[in-house]
Amino acid sequence: MTPRARRIARFLARRLAQGVALLLCIAVLDFALLHAVPGDAADAIAGEAGTADPGYVATLRHQLGLDQPLPVQLGLYLGRLAQGNFGYSFRYGQSVASLILERLPATLLLMAASIGFAVAASLVLGTLSARFANRWPDRLITLVTLFFYATPLFWFGLMAIVLFGVHLGWLPTGGMYDVARPRTGLAFALDVARHLVLPAFTQACFFLAIYTRLVRTSMLQAYGSDYVRFARAKGVGELRIALRHVLRNALTPLVTMVGLNLGTLLGGAVLTETVFSWPGIGRLMYDAVFQRDVNLLLSILVLGSVIVIVANLLVDMLYAALTPAVELR
Amino acid sequence: MAETFSPSLGRRALLAGAGALAAWPAHAQTPARGGTVVMTIIPEPSSMVSAFNTAAPLTVVSPKMVEGLVTYDASLMPQPLLATGWTVAPDGLSIAFTLREGVQWHDGKPFTSADVAFTLMELIRKFHPRGRATFAALTAVDTPDARTAILRLSRPAPAIMSALSGSETPILPKHVYEGSDPLTNPANNAPIGTGPFRFGEWKRGNYIALTRNETYWQAGLPYLDRVVIKTFNDATARSAAFEAGELQLASTTPVPLADIDRFQRNKAFTVTDKGDELNNSMDLLAFNLRRPNLAKPEVRQALRQAINFDVMMRTVWYGLAMKLDSPVPPVLPQFHAPNLPVPPFSPAQANAALDKAGFPRGADNMRFRLTLDLPTISDVYQREAEFLRQSLRQVGVDVEIRISDVPSFIRRVFAQYDFDLTLFPGSATNDPTMGLQRFYWSKAAAPGAPFVNAWGYANPEMDQVLEAAAVEVDTAKRRALFIRFQEIAMLDLPILPLALPANITIATAKLHDFMGGEGIRDSLARAWMQG
Repeated sequence: MTPRARRIARFLARRLAQGVALLLCIAVLDFALLHAVPGDAADAIAGEAGTADPGYVATLRHQLGLDQPLPVQLGLYLGRLAQGNFGYSFRYGQSVASLILERLPATLLLMAASIGFAVAASLVLGTLSARFANRWPDRLITLVTLFFYATPLFWFGLMAIVLFGVHLGWLPTGGMYDVARPRTGLAFALDVARHLVLPAFTQACFFLAIYTRLVRTSMLQAYGSDYVRFARAKGVGELRIALRHVLRNALTPLVTMVGLNLGTLLGGAVLTETVFSWPGIGRLMYDAVFQRDVNLLLSILVLGSVIVIVANLLVDMLYAALTPAVELR
Repeated sequence: MAETFSPSLGRRALLAGAGALAAWPAHAQTPARGGTVVMTIIPEPSSMVSAFNTAAPLTVVSPKMVEGLVTYDASLMPQPLLATGWTVAPDGLSIAFTLREGVQWHDGKPFTSADVAFTLMELIRKFHPRGRATFAALTAVDTPDARTAILRLSRPAPAIMSALSGSETPILPKHVYEGSDPLTNPANNAPIGTGPFRFGEWKRGNYIALTRNETYWQAGLPYLDRVVIKTFNDATARSAAFEAGELQLASTTPVPLADIDRFQRNKAFTVTDKGDELNNSMDLLAFNLRRPNLAKPEVRQALRQAINFDVMMRTVWYGLAMKLDSPVPPVLPQFHAPNLPVPPFSPAQANAALDKAGFPRGADNMRFRLTLDLPTISDVYQREAEFLRQSLRQVGVDVEIRISDVPSFIRRVFAQYDFDLTLFPGSATNDPTMGLQRFYWSKAAAPGAPFVNAWGYANPEMDQVLEAAAVEVDTAKRRALFIRFQEIAMLDLPILPLALPANITIATAKLHDFMGGEGIRDSLARAWMQG
């Protein structure tokens, strides 16, 4: 093992240990918070049923294990979690793991598409903005991105549906794919892509504005630095300077921001999912809060924490790859 | 708000439209076989069978796959379904059902009286949210042969004949449920029933697909090949999906109230407020009678006079609601009391009554403060609460609105009794014994049980009338008892019935016969799509 590899291994081991400790704290905290809210799943289910006699509520509470003391419930929950078992959702009559797995791909696809689009577009727009700083292309880009940023997501989404779905009829108004069509091959991929356009674009608008501003600012900063002046003096071409010297340095803050957004991946798309009837996990979580479906909610929260921890770790490692000045220790 | 209301687009117009719907000649057009209908249920059901959870979305999806012993016609009289006939004994202590021949479960096993006995005794009586109450008098189900099921009752229970629809009391297969924990049986999410549609697949948060039951006992039915129930969580998105042709049927007022008028004008859609007569969810305002001020009936009557119901109908519901003079809505003419006195809207009289009751206005011009608790159900609820707050302010009652999500609301109001006024949805159902007794009967009070008498109301005469009506076999005598019930209810006024909001269904004009007597809970066996 080279010293560098050993350093990285030590870094990873320490961060993983920290991550597990953090996860435990989060799980306990979430548990406490959820139980501090008045009303439990039995209240929610009985309330939904319209009416119920006390015997029904008691049966339900016993079934759900809600009649046990809180520390016992917490112990059972942590024990299950340690074995990688997320438990059972009584509201949905299904294991939590299968519920989450069923909804996860839709969320991952939506977030990957929207963040991917936002990053690509912001690199182009940000670079243009920086190259033409304070001239009309820059002003136009700033105006457009600020509009995207300031517009409420759901309004933007609804307007897009009315325009492209209802009036023009180019794109479907919602859902992830056409239920009536076969779900195989290229035709299915294209169908999903057609359904993905509007929600991904709507979700991307929000990220796009932040990322573009970020790329612009950091590129302007890099343009003013000594090494760019030196490269110019050496006779390096403008394009090469922009891409290799300026953009690469400007990527660090962008990576930080994307890493933070990845953390909100599980819950961040509730509005987009609601408006576009996208069968993702954000809506599942939202409903779980109102149903007091503690098993489901805790599992999603814990999973969310895992993603945040892993995303942060990846971002730290990317820093090292992007900037030789950063070392992992 | 009032000027945006156009009377021609209000409830009157809707009712006229619905009348036209009901008046369609049954065979004006020959139904076409085939096709898919895409509908939505709001919100997405949490399960597929309405036996162990009777949440409204479940009661809409369940009857497509699982049937009841009977169905109901437009006047809510029982009609044959799984049972071809029934005899109620003169003493009311037994009901004998003759079951249909040749009915098969979706898995091919024959349907017999053993399924009926098992469902009622082991499932409904033990695990149905209301089953314990409805079937409290049921002691046994005798099955002398495979085609006969005799319900044995410890006392007459006329309400049972109103509770046998597929949505309220679905008949489930004994061979699937026997020996398992019914609450976690996988068949709750993938039902095996006798209904016109079989369960296909359920992608949660996305859609539920039902396919035609090729071996349905009614030859030639259903007409449709597939029913797809898609999930839409946003009202405006539903509007868009309807207009883009991606959605063909939805109930429970699927689009924003402000859009209804646009859909009514559009010939491509059928808009009706019919179809919820088995449920009749009303908006009710209850008074906590444990509070010294609200304990006085004259105070409650005064507060009623402070509310201008005509304006409330227009501003809160855009005219899409029915005023109520009693807890039994007029859509149940067999029980509704038509001529109850209605005190006029009069802040002056209300003020005088409150002064007389010993609550003069204080230094801040207010008599007393009240909290008003309501659950987060819809923005309509918030508008209602705001309207009540402003109305009561006029007579010197300061109202503080407290909105909480459903579980918190239930805990606070129905377990802790920590409220002064509360606004909540209450279903009259199609029989007051099932739907209304729980709100007015002193013995229905049970801390922790939602939507029962939590206001501390107890009147011996009321108890007596309700108990007598619950066991009265004679239809005319039973009606008289319920009329008396309504008189006492409006005199004592523990609950002020505010309105019966219209439950609006929108369908594409190409879809026909999508509502039988069970309305929005119809099995869709006869629904058909015009090519």
